[in-house]
Amino acid sequence: MDKVNCYHCGDDCGRTLIEFDEKNFCCNGCKTVYEIFSSNDLSYYYDIQQGAGATPAEVEGKYDFLDTPAIVERLTEFNDGDLQIINLYIPHIHCSSCIWILENLNKLNPSINSSQVDFPEKTVRITYNSIKTSLRDVVILLSRIGYEPYISLDDFDNDKKSKDRSLIYKLGIAGFAFGNVMFLSFPDYFDLSSSAETGGEFWLNQYENVFRWLMFVFSLPVVFYSGAGYFVSAYKGLRSKILNIDVPIALGILVLFVRSTLEISFDWGPGFFDSLTGLVFFLLLGKFFQQKTYSFLSFERDYKSYFPIAVTRIGKEGKEESVQVHEIKKGDRLLIRNQEIIPVDGILISTNARLDYSFVTGESEPVKKVSGDKLFAGGKQVQGAMEMEALKSVSQSYLTQLWSNAVFKTDKTTRFQTITDSIGKRFTIGVLSIAFLASAFWGYQDPSKVMNVFTAVLIIACPCAIALASPFTLGNMLRIFGKKKFYLKDTQTIEQLAKIDTAIFDKTGTITTAQKSTATYEGMPLTAEEESLLKNTLRASNHPLSRTLYTMLSEQNIITLDQYDEHLGQGLEARKGADHLKIGSADFVGNPEHNNTLDTSVHIANNDDYRGKYIFHNQYRAGVSEVFKSMEETLSLAILSGDNEGEKSRLEALLPKLTPLYFNQKPKDKLSFIGSLQAQGKKVMMVGDGLNDAGALAQAEVGIAISENINVFSPACDGILDASKFTELYPYILASKKAMKIIKLSFVLSLAYNVVGLYFAVTGQLEPVIAAILMPLSSISVVGFTTLMTNILGKKLK
Amino acid sequence: MSVIYVLLAISITVAILFFIAFIVSVRSGQYDDSYTPSVRMLFEDELVKTQVGELPQEFDIEKEHTN
Repeated sequence: MDKVNCYHCGDDCGRTLIEFDEKNFCCNGCKTVYEIFSSNDLSYYYDIQQGAGATPAEVEGKYDFLDTPAIVERLTEFNDGDLQIINLYIPHIHCSSCIWILENLNKLNPSINSSQVDFPEKTVRITYNSIKTSLRDVVILLSRIGYEPYISLDDFDNDKKSKDRSLIYKLGIAGFAFGNVMFLSFPDYFDLSSSAETGGEFWLNQYENVFRWLMFVFSLPVVFYSGAGYFVSAYKGLRSKILNIDVPIALGILVLFVRSTLEISFDWGPGFFDSLTGLVFFLLLGKFFQQKTYSFLSFERDYKSYFPIAVTRIGKEGKEESVQVHEIKKGDRLLIRNQEIIPVDGILISTNARLDYSFVTGESEPVKKVSGDKLFAGGKQVQGAMEMEALKSVSQSYLTQLWSNAVFKTDKTTRFQTITDSIGKRFTIGVLSIAFLASAFWGYQDPSKVMNVFTAVLIIACPCAIALASPFTLGNMLRIFGKKKFYLKDTQTIEQLAKIDTAIFDKTGTITTAQKSTATYEGMPLTAEEESLLKNTLRASNHPLSRTLYTMLSEQNIITLDQYDEHLGQGLEARKGADHLKIGSADFVGNPEHNNTLDTSVHIANNDDYRGKYIFHNQYRAGVSEVFKSMEETLSLAILSGDNEGEKSRLEALLPKLTPLYFNQKPKDKLSFIGSLQAQGKKVMMVGDGLNDAGALAQAEVGIAISENINVFSPACDGILDASKFTELYPYILASKKAMKIIKLSFVLSLAYNVVGLYFAVTGQLEPVIAAILMPLSSISVVGFTTLMTNILGKKLK
Repeated sequence: MSVIYVLLAISITVAILFFIAFIVSVRSGQYDDSYTPSVRMLFEDELVKTQVGELPQEFDIEKEHTN
């Protein structure tokens, strides 16, 4: 039978096919969305892109907190009288259908004035009448049509950031001035050696000064606005006694400007305004190219972007009220509904709860808790509603405390010297010594040329091409990696990646997959009847372990059970003919051995006769063994897991011999482990996935988060790797190393140009036109070289 | 006054006008999202009253506006 795909979301309908209006749906949720759309003349949604929708989530009571005026005030972008504007992040936005439906929201709710989608950012800006409708209604409407917005504590705490567009302005001004100065230089280009006395063009010579002073005016904003960043950076570098690459650049800009101004003031020559504006323009172009950002990803997330804004508190009289999470105090009774996240550490009051800590640890298997158990913040309730008592406030909870560590406050960029800066030091010293040597020589030969030669050396040696090599190489690599689903925060991360010698991996969720797990059977073999009964019993159960086991067991005929009982938190009981099967925990089944293994297992007994158990294992990602084997050649590896040692023997078999394995690591332990490696001079890459790795990711030179779905969540890191590309991690590291080689090669290339230029400068023959040709030529050839080489490199990557 | 001053004044004025237009467009956020407008311009008022699959006709669109 062919697969039937849902008309709304495009998923396989599986066993639960719902037919409606001659179309197939996988669930009632999808059907409902279709009904909403088709009854509001919005079925064009399905014509733009097939199966574009998402199954709507349950939202009963989830957004009640949006009725609190204080919260609405913080979330909305604009709130005045009856008009409110809100910018909502909707992870599901992925195609043109999404844009179309979201921009037609006012057909579904007439009180919405307008809505505008920003596709790269995955946000929608909704303007609505707050008297006729409310933020809560808008959010519920979005959720009902499968576009549930993601509202977290981060939205509440963060002040609205205004976009930094200064680089575009600087680039625009430099480009504008560059073009105009080039035009104004034309008279000088065509009339190079002639002046009024020698019979050059009359009108050009007559108005020479007008052209020159206009060029001067155009260069002013370029030097003092566009180029200001280089002076600031050079000054900062000198103050902390570092000769970074911006020192020779700032020196070059300054000398160009001063010498050109003096030249036109005393009518010595036309000046170098074309080179000056061109230089700044090219340099800023490099910066602009380097500034690739993945606006739909965030590399700065902490627990706040994961935690809810408000939860339900149960007051003394049993009254439910929405309370902002920062206001939760010790002793508060909280109601956590299905799919809600526990914001603070506390004690469970309800009889039992099932918590999914996958965001924290990467472990996909929900944990069972019973009344009186301690609950840690960050878990998601996945089984009905529960009540708990808060023991701590949000910022003092076990998990959130991690963020008070100093490592989250220091900026990584300040701890690292880039390849361009390290060459900048030698370059500056070299250029300055050449300049002084040449001046000394000319001071002896022809003192009138000393200033000319000295400034010419500084002008021609201005390391434009060197400063461009790294931004264009790494910027292009960043784009190539991005296409391969390896998203890096900035170009510096590639430099860091090329230097690492140690790679540390988290276990759960990083080298294991979140979705599947496998199980092996240990014990007496089951008879055919028992296997059939087992499968049929599991069929009825909704417990995650039952479902995993069900899909794993071989296909059996469907039989009707004589009796079926589910004992919550214990196991299943089923009867068919003479067989009486008990499936579940060791105690429930009556396991004769005292059971204290660390594994997750399901035990089986027939007629109180113990048969055996299914032991569940984490499913390791395909190719983990190969990845480690190839990495081991150049890197030292280790596993850092927050779990117990249950998987130790399997890991040892899978990984290269003597790979250090560390278990029971708390989030803080991971952080300090990385720190101790760094103290030994190691350059560490940490690969993790959950919030518990956040400290280690921040501490490591390179922190990479593995993510099954890059839109959902990943902790603060330097790079996000799509889980499907896990096996490519090592080739990516090697590619980074090669990219650094490309940069070094282009340094050689640009130095060659500098040698040619220095010949003219040192011999005192530097004409403005030579500078004007040499500088763009060297820059363009370096940019062309790096772009070509990185593209060749990118072709080889998968 | 020489004609060259007039020509220079005109050329620079035009250049500055375009430059101001650029600054204004950056400031208004035109360059913040360079993708969505390219998709949005392809949409018409595609509200389908009748059966799915029929091309939206101009007649239908007009009817929508008068409603």
